[in-house]
Amino acid sequence: MNIEHHLDAATLVAYAAGTLDEAFNVVVASHLDWCPACAEEARRAALLGGELIGKLAATPVSDECRSRTLGMLDTATLHRFPKAPSSGGELPEALEYLLKGKSLAELSWKRKAPGLALYDLPLSEASSGKLFLMRIAPGTAMPEHGHGGEEITLILSGAYNDRFGRYARGDVADLDESIEHQPIVEKDSACICLVATEAPTRFKSWPARLLQPLIGI
Amino acid sequence: MLPKDNPADPKTEDLAAQRLVQRVARNLDREAFAELFDAFAPRVKTFIIRKGASPDLAEDLVQETMINVWTKAGYYDPAKGSVLTWIFTIARNLRIDRIRRESSRPVSELGDFDPPSEAPAGEEILARKDEARSVARALSKIPPEQMEILTLSFIEDLPQAEIARRLNLPLGTVKSRMRLAYGHLRKNLEQPA
Ligand SMILES: [Zn+2]
Repeated sequence: MNIEHHLDAATLVAYAAGTLDEAFNVVVASHLDWCPACAEEARRAALLGGELIGKLAATPVSDECRSRTLGMLDTATLHRFPKAPSSGGELPEALEYLLKGKSLAELSWKRKAPGLALYDLPLSEASSGKLFLMRIAPGTAMPEHGHGGEEITLILSGAYNDRFGRYARGDVADLDESIEHQPIVEKDSACICLVATEAPTRFKSWPARLLQPLIGI
Repeated sequence: MLPKDNPADPKTEDLAAQRLVQRVARNLDREAFAELFDAFAPRVKTFIIRKGASPDLAEDLVQETMINVWTKAGYYDPAKGSVLTWIFTIARNLRIDRIRRESSRPVSELGDFDPPSEAPAGEEILARKDEARSVARALSKIPPEQMEILTLSFIEDLPQAEIARRLNLPLGTVKSRMRLAYGHLRKNLEQPA
């Protein structure tokens, strides 16, 4: 995989601190699964946290807590996570886990507009974000739009072009909310992306505004 | 010959801790586990209390965190970070889980999917000692306004938007301070003194 577009350093620091919303966490973890460069940056960002935490003062722990913990060792079953069913490397591991082993083709996509289908991914109630898969037909030009808030997109297959360049499998668009763009999907295949957002996407042009209630993103 | 280490050097502490984790992973060594408990549980407790947990809840979570250290020791991978970072990732995820009970399994936990790791080779140990010194040096050079953001992120667990609200700053400023802080680290890692 030849990855050209990477995560923002601020996103990597927030990821390392564990403060990203669940939706964003999944997209970041998915990119890291495919991108050794960002995985190394995330590891380094975590070093900063380690250094800060290492400086924390100690709060005495009661003898009761200590002996209770040591007393539980025999009964604590050895932890083994079930391996997520594998799609054979088609998808990043974090996403595979959420899809419970289904492939992209097996999902019941919801058609939202000509050339556009979505599949919502479940999150816990505490998440204030939204996580979904988006499938855009070959050759489709998305309306120009800005973003009503934070948004990160990972390209899973196919490719699109906008004024920042070409985005293909493994690339991530970690855009500032003030940025507007108009992605155009390449002609030879559909583009499937994993998207985390915190707010409804704001489309700009009037046909797009007309479209927005239909699309519901 | 290796330079003599200062016992308070965080890296020396980490190497000692790595050996303890290995003993737990390989031999279910209870003595090694007790040493890990004494070394890390008090700071884990501070970390949890800083987020507003009552002392009772804090000790519950300390216990849960350390039991996870016992059961997951085989998954700890020194190449991904220090023992301290690993233990606090566990503590952080448990703390989050208390809030979102039915949450999906956190995906960021270091080493969840990895097979049990081998001990680091000598060269790698040396490289990682240098790295730890670079991190400490970078942190000492980070200006207070960036440090504040790092502390609110890593210790108080506040999301970027929440930090912006609390400090009455635009979100973009919070992000650019995070980038700058990370930039200091990168510079120090790439040009070790
Ligand atoms: Zn990357």
